[in-house]
Amino acid sequence: MINTSPEASDHSVALEAEHLTVTRGQLEVLKDLAVKIPRGRWCAIVGPNGAGKSTLLQVLAGILPFQGQVRLLGQPLHRHAAQSRARRIAWLAQSSAQSADDLTAYDVVMLGRLPHQSWLGGQSAADHAAVEQALKLTQAWAWRDRALGTLSGGEKQRVLLARLLAVEADILLMDEPLASLDPPHQADWLILVRKLIEQGKTVVSVLHEVTLALYADDLLVMSNGQIQYAGERDEPALHRAIEAVFEHRITIQPLAAHWVALPTLN
Amino acid sequence: MSLLPLRQPLTKPRASLLAGLLGLLCITALLFGLSVGSTGLEPLWSLGSDAVATQIIWEVRAPRTLGALLTGGLLGLAGATAQGLFRNPLADPFLLGSASGASLGVALLLVSFGISPLATQWFVKLGLTGAAFVGAVLAVFLTLSLARGVQHTLRLLLAGVIVGVVLGALTSLLSLTRPDILQAMQAFMLGSTAFVSWSACAIMAIVWLTCTAAAIAFAKGLDGLALGEATAVSLGLPLAKLRGALIGILALATGTAVAHTGLIAFVGLAAPHLVRAIVTVRHAWLLPLASLMGALLLSFADLFARGLIAPQELPVGVLTAILGGGYLMWLMNRRGLSHD
Repeated sequence: MINTSPEASDHSVALEAEHLTVTRGQLEVLKDLAVKIPRGRWCAIVGPNGAGKSTLLQVLAGILPFQGQVRLLGQPLHRHAAQSRARRIAWLAQSSAQSADDLTAYDVVMLGRLPHQSWLGGQSAADHAAVEQALKLTQAWAWRDRALGTLSGGEKQRVLLARLLAVEADILLMDEPLASLDPPHQADWLILVRKLIEQGKTVVSVLHEVTLALYADDLLVMSNGQIQYAGERDEPALHRAIEAVFEHRITIQPLAAHWVALPTLN
Repeated sequence: MSLLPLRQPLTKPRASLLAGLLGLLCITALLFGLSVGSTGLEPLWSLGSDAVATQIIWEVRAPRTLGALLTGGLLGLAGATAQGLFRNPLADPFLLGSASGASLGVALLLVSFGISPLATQWFVKLGLTGAAFVGAVLAVFLTLSLARGVQHTLRLLLAGVIVGVVLGALTSLLSLTRPDILQAMQAFMLGSTAFVSWSACAIMAIVWLTCTAAAIAFAKGLDGLALGEATAVSLGLPLAKLRGALIGILALATGTAVAHTGLIAFVGLAAPHLVRAIVTVRHAWLLPLASLMGALLLSFADLFARGLIAPQELPVGVLTAILGGGYLMWLMNRRGLSHD
């Protein structure tokens, strides 16, 4: 289990974990898990509730204690100073966990610039430009002066997404980013992720909608704190693994050059 | 629409406008405070050059009016800090047990008078103010050790409640065994600006300046915390250090306020709410605005307490409890309606 030295490590891997175990109280949420997240691609994590998807994302974001090894671009994650790690990896929590109701949308998105600011320093022109660009990308610019608490669930989610984009990190980790978005904005999000990948960024997202997850380049199929299968979108074995973790209550079928997950009703 | 994109949110000028308005109102309150005495309202200019009147104004009215302003400022700041730190709009400055610690300190001091000459000598030097401050700070430390540090917000809140209840019970026990201290205790528990001296004003002013500057320095951290502790960590914020510093500010501001004027309820809770009802701002603005709002609230409450039934005086703490409680009930009712 001796690992290769950082110099010898593969730079096509953005994040990797080995012998990753996370316990909460008596419960092992992640069990001796190993994973490689390829650089410059979009990876979706799917699996039933309680599979450990969000926990894995939080470990990769460097915000949850763990046992084992996690490496960011070949370097152990803990060796990166908090602020420099925060500039490289941006993490979006499930929207229900966030409630900056008394800040304006603009100020919320500006929080994404914290990793770029000194403790007492003000906001630079670059900060304002990044915030403006992010708000426009998620079509939330019109509400910049409104308090987050006055926005609807979907509007709020687009502001929080802009907050993530404003970090301008190379690696973007998103937990349930589509949860409260309507279909047009879900489509917008898919286009946005494609753009990010074209810019060379790495995107990892936990998605409940299997059909939307099947737009990703790669998928991780999780259940019971372990990765049951990791593969590319079009692999039949991947599809069988997804059907298995959902107890064959869905079947994956081709439709108009895409894959769709249909519920099985028996 | 102008040709240039509006980069800064529109709320910023409103925030500075509010700050100016609150500042002006505070000065008005200060002038009224100098004019309200045991005979009711007597305008400053009508007093002329009466030596006795000048002495009353300088040695009685001026320090207590300024004291009310500074106490309110400290409580408003502490309230905004507590609400940001605990991400809870119902958090108040006395959350970590400082109020009951201060009461116990005062009770202990009063009981110890006369027990032994040595103790009395030592306690006289410390004074009621000192005892209240030491009690408040020790109670916060007790809460912190009970919560085993600052890592868990919920644990901190729970520990604060427990410390509050236990120390409150101890204070009651002391007052029961020594009924002679009850009256002195009551003056403290109800809150009053009557005993504020010039030196107390100086101490409060220094603490207020220090705490406000420090709190503003950590304002970005409070903004980050609003998105949740996990998001704050993902943004690279040093959470433990941030919490430690904010609790230090909270303890110092609350301890200083409670030591000089006793328990004044609701100012710390209501001031940030009032500010948020008017403007939507970052903590760099919210903290000083809440402080100004607290100063204004307590100054006016103190004016009413002194003038309402002159020459008698109401304890200002009772008045703030009634006014603040009423405001919060109205707020709850309004929020309840809007959610239905």
